[in-house]
Amino acid sequence: MTEQQMKESLMSGYRALDLTNEKGFLCGRILGGLGVDVIKIEKPAGDPARNIGPFYKDIPDPEKSLYWFFCNACKRGITLDIETVDGQQIFERLVKTADFVIESYAPGYMESLGLGYSALSQINPRIILTSITPFGQTGPYKDFKPSELTTWAMGGMMFMTGNPDRPPVQVSHPQAYYFGGLHGAVGSMVAHYYRELTGDGQHVDVSIQQGCVLTLMYAAEYWDLLKINLGRMSGFWFTPRPEPYGPLRAEMFFRCKDGWVMPIITGAQAGLVKSSQELTKVAVEAGVADELEGLDWTKFDTSTISQEERSRIDEAFGRFFLTKTKEELMQLAVEKAIVMGPINDVKDLWESRHLSAKGFWKKVEHPELGETIAYPGPPVEISEAPWMVTPRAPLIGEHNGDIYEKELGFPKEQLTMLKARGII
Amino acid sequence: MDRKQAFEGIKVADFSWAAVGPIVARELAEHGATVIHVESHRVPGLERLAGPFKGFKPGIDRGAFGMCYNTNKLGISLDLNKPKGQEVAKRLVKWADVMTDSMSPGTMAKWGLDYESARKIKPDIIYYSATLGGQYGPYAKFQGYGAQGAALAGMYSVTGWPDRSPAYIFGAYTDYIGPYFLVCALVAALDYRRRTGKGIYLDLSQWEAAINFLGPAILDYVVNGRIATRMGNRRPDAAPHSAYQCMGTDRWVAIAVHTDEEWKAFCKVIGEPEWTRDAKFATLLVRKRSEDELDKLVGEWTINHTPEEVMFQMQAAGVPAGVVQNCQDLFEDPQLKHRGHFQWLNHKVMGPVAHNAPAYQAFKTPCRLVKAGPCLGEDNRYVYKEILGYSDDDIADLLVEGVITTEADLPGLG
Repeated sequence: MTEQQMKESLMSGYRALDLTNEKGFLCGRILGGLGVDVIKIEKPAGDPARNIGPFYKDIPDPEKSLYWFFCNACKRGITLDIETVDGQQIFERLVKTADFVIESYAPGYMESLGLGYSALSQINPRIILTSITPFGQTGPYKDFKPSELTTWAMGGMMFMTGNPDRPPVQVSHPQAYYFGGLHGAVGSMVAHYYRELTGDGQHVDVSIQQGCVLTLMYAAEYWDLLKINLGRMSGFWFTPRPEPYGPLRAEMFFRCKDGWVMPIITGAQAGLVKSSQELTKVAVEAGVADELEGLDWTKFDTSTISQEERSRIDEAFGRFFLTKTKEELMQLAVEKAIVMGPINDVKDLWESRHLSAKGFWKKVEHPELGETIAYPGPPVEISEAPWMVTPRAPLIGEHNGDIYEKELGFPKEQLTMLKARGII
Repeated sequence: MDRKQAFEGIKVADFSWAAVGPIVARELAEHGATVIHVESHRVPGLERLAGPFKGFKPGIDRGAFGMCYNTNKLGISLDLNKPKGQEVAKRLVKWADVMTDSMSPGTMAKWGLDYESARKIKPDIIYYSATLGGQYGPYAKFQGYGAQGAALAGMYSVTGWPDRSPAYIFGAYTDYIGPYFLVCALVAALDYRRRTGKGIYLDLSQWEAAINFLGPAILDYVVNGRIATRMGNRRPDAAPHSAYQCMGTDRWVAIAVHTDEEWKAFCKVIGEPEWTRDAKFATLLVRKRSEDELDKLVGEWTINHTPEEVMFQMQAAGVPAGVVQNCQDLFEDPQLKHRGHFQWLNHKVMGPVAHNAPAYQAFKTPCRLVKAGPCLGEDNRYVYKEILGYSDDDIADLLVEGVITTEADLPGLG
């Protein structure tokens, strides 16, 4: 991190020691983006997560993992083996001047190394230790063997994703562990604010499962209030209704010329009269959905409409959507304030007019590869000081010199010895 | 100062609606901030119009949807379209440390309540806007919900089966990613202001935030030209890796075998049947080549067990496995109970309703869920009188003029 960057970020001047693996990488990434000097600590041979693909130009190499690049941008990097006594002592020295320690080891592991919260807070009462695990530090499932898939499954979303005639399905790009990092960052910041007012650090205990449960919109409430278990209704907006009406299914994904689009086509009960009116107009104008003319969306009542009628309306709109591309529908949506979104893939994102015009793609230097790579931009624009997406993720031990030599004052011979012993 | 919660004394004027804006303010409310949530009977948000409704009976105060995003908040009703309403809002701005907005870009400006206007009233105000596409750009005016956000962000394109259309991730998926990024920035802004006295404007683009949850896949396209797509339940570096059907109706368990040790343990748990000794399943590499057959064979074992049996037996042997939980399971989940994830708060109309706790626990400054999401205008009397300092006569006038809205102002079905 350059002097310039440090001055320009909200959280400049604070430091985090990042011991996480995939379960918590994003936490340090977020803190780093906000200006914290995040030091990613890896085992001397390099973190195993460097073996996770995809890879730069499909070359499997620990310094070419695109997964590592993305998750560990905005961090510096050192190597250190905290399982050795020397390693623990060096770590304790670093804790003295740190503000955050982030870790995602199994519950009890840090404690077993003599580096649990009580030990760390004795070294530095201001320290915030953020522990990110699938289920939390305590409880009946705390020692469960973790994986992305099983944690996601236990969070409730998987059951409701997919087709009724197939098994519940994951999001193919695993999501669960990102929530560990995300909520880890939230918890760290809440503890940080308290710490800055009182001088008191604390232990923040994050459950990835809870982070997943927080994504369920109103599904949990459907069970709590009505004892209805929402299931996989892929392709339909599903409204449970009491007898004699029975559940209502409204088409959700419509095929369009070059892919799919997802509109919400309904009336006053969802405040969507205007949107549906505009959509009806363009559909009728296209000449393929004449029967929709005169449909009164102000009188459209989802609690009493028949499934037959609903399906007939959807079929008519279906004919209209087939006449338009994703881009055309996006433009119509914006022009006419119609609630509908094309199903984008990553190529569509790259080609998005909106994202390019906003300067969303940020050039990140990779001098070791001899090029710059365009990364997704920050989630929030901040007026006073930007949310950073640079520098690129560290190389193995890239900042050992900066931290051990320059900061801690280790002579070169000592570093050589520590390296030979596998401590750094 | 004996402070029990992180954001005691912080005041938030919450003009946001639906999910994203309110969720950000909720995080502060759960940790002690005083948050006033502003709505209008004339334009009730989708979160009050959609269900689930208590007893299936619709009503703006009978739905659990939006209510759960407003834990601990004070709720008032106010018509911002009236000049007098904008004056009242300005009094709120003067009171507040933080101000929120999730209207279509330009709306708050129309009411004289955008950041520039708020700054004139309160120079150090921290102001956030939360929209799908952010405050500017060709598609800034795009109107949609989190469900559209997930479509735009590429989420459905990587969900589902290769031989089927993209699958819907239930709900409004990106609504539950963006706000948490914004909370981080918001708290950083609060700390920054504490140190420098400066206010800040924060602009969340939900779409752009969600793209960050596909980061590596984006880089794979940028660098390698590869378009990430749906893989069912597969994963390149694990097998077996899927959801398998169990005993019961629509009961499933997820199993993920990544390493040789896990495979050995897995085989032991299922009783080392003949097929596990077949050379075509001996290594990860070969299992990937016969994965359809593998999944079928695993399913033939799981179908004779409940998902809980599979989970516990596998976990006892060190194999990652987890019940594919439905919502009923979540409420019965002993780990979630241990974490106190669902907490029942007494709603004035609905009675006890489950609210979600945050995903983290900060023991010195615990969250406290004390007040159910408010009915529309529930706290009018308290807020207008005690906090904003209006007299009884003022309040009566505001009611008569329709500035403070009531149930009489609700839009009919037509």
